[in-house]
Amino acid sequence: MRYGMAIDTKKCVGCSDCVVACQTENNVPVGYARDWIVERIDGVYPNLELEIRTERCNHCDNTPCVRTCPTGASHLIEGGIVKVTHEECIGCGACIESCPYDARYFHPDGWVDKCTFCDHRVHNGQDPACVSVCPTKCMYFGDLDDPNSEVSKQVASRKWKVLAPEAGTSPQIFYMS
Amino acid sequence: MYEELITSGRMNINIDPVLHVWHWQIPLYLFLGGLAAGILFFAALNVINGNENKYSTAVKTAPILVPAAIVLGLIALMLDLKHPVYAWQLYMTIRFDSPMSWGAWTLMAITPLSIIWIAIYIKELMPKIDLEDGFIGKTLKLILKQTNGEVNWDWKYKFLSDFEKYAYKQRKGLAWIVLVLATILGVYTGILLSAFNARPLWNTSILGPLFLVSGLSTGAATIMWMSDNHAEKLLFSKIDVALIIVELFFIIHLFMGFLAGPTVQIDSAQLFFGGEFTVAFWGFLVIIGLIFPLILEVLELRGFHIPIAVPAVLILFGGVLFRFIMVEAGQITRYLY
Repeated sequence: MRYGMAIDTKKCVGCSDCVVACQTENNVPVGYARDWIVERIDGVYPNLELEIRTERCNHCDNTPCVRTCPTGASHLIEGGIVKVTHEECIGCGACIESCPYDARYFHPDGWVDKCTFCDHRVHNGQDPACVSVCPTKCMYFGDLDDPNSEVSKQVASRKWKVLAPEAGTSPQIFYMS
Repeated sequence: MYEELITSGRMNINIDPVLHVWHWQIPLYLFLGGLAAGILFFAALNVINGNENKYSTAVKTAPILVPAAIVLGLIALMLDLKHPVYAWQLYMTIRFDSPMSWGAWTLMAITPLSIIWIAIYIKELMPKIDLEDGFIGKTLKLILKQTNGEVNWDWKYKFLSDFEKYAYKQRKGLAWIVLVLATILGVYTGILLSAFNARPLWNTSILGPLFLVSGLSTGAATIMWMSDNHAEKLLFSKIDVALIIVELFFIIHLFMGFLAGPTVQIDSAQLFFGGEFTVAFWGFLVIIGLIFPLILEVLELRGFHIPIAVPAVLILFGGVLFRFIMVEAGQITRYLY
């Protein structure tokens, strides 16, 4: 079992619906975001290329945040989802410093907060909140180890990239173009 | 012209627009930890070499600063924690992958050992104590008893005097343990940063040795400053000269590695070559905090009379500044994708 996500940057319009859905579903404190939209413009004028993508914790295979956590609060659960145990987190910031994607932040209550792939929904067979609300259906979630899952089929059939592969983290979110 | 424009909708506090999770507490702690490691390293080394009476400042006096430095550093660390009531969770586990975890355990071991170290020699330093005088005297009354005579530093409880005798007898063994732990503490202050592969400026293995050498240099400067024995001043002046030269070589190594590295490290080095840390690093740290005291100490060794406080203060200033610059600048550097 290896949960992952495939995101179709050709279909994403940057509406931020996933951001709001996550904030509502997970009671994210006001002013913070566990997922966000990035717009990237590349090229030589007038031949510019725009890529819009929705980003979040990459639930890496090689997790710098779990490695540097001094108490074991940052840990992996079944399916490779990276989670934080609030009662073990001392708020030292080591995991925040170690994340190349800056996907973590201090919750106002002191512990470190981040995307959980909505594991409470996933364990009930549902998609994460962000995936389920996407109006253009640009996101695919599922088991990367199962070749018949929608996410595996997308990754197998499309051209894709991961973010900052040179950071050595083996991200599990694939951006298709 | 090739354009590359990245706009992010994220604006998390302390994360965006640039990461600023660690403030003044961490560099201050890294300095105090390095200083404590430096002082203990030389104290232990001189006991192992049988020089405890020859270099008594290094062995007996200077270590009194160590518990104070460690406690101040730990207070700074506690102030940095955002969830401090759970700080005990550090000692519920040992995580070998996490430098912060073995740093916490090293401090747990070295703090009581440094207090024992002081207890072994305190009688020689302060033979006469008036237990009725002031707050310190009254506090010490809890563990000391009033006697008359030249040396009235007498432990109130038998187990304390037995323990002191035992520790004094075992001081060479203790010195070996302290030597190893001090080295770990000194290296750890650098490895703490170099373990973060997401911050290209920190992600270099030279940071461990560089922080160790810098910590030893601040320790040697402190001993040199405190000493009133000419031979001891001379020895630690020489040690400091050697350490500063090694440190300068390591700094050159650091930037050679960056400039020969991947784009993110070349970019992070630019902060120091024309970027916002150029003056602070080369002007204040390298010239005022390293090269200037180096010249003063060489002149001193050549027979010129230079007040020892000047190079010592400059070296300590350089040590503080180095850690502040590395922590601040490192958090700016990142992967762009």
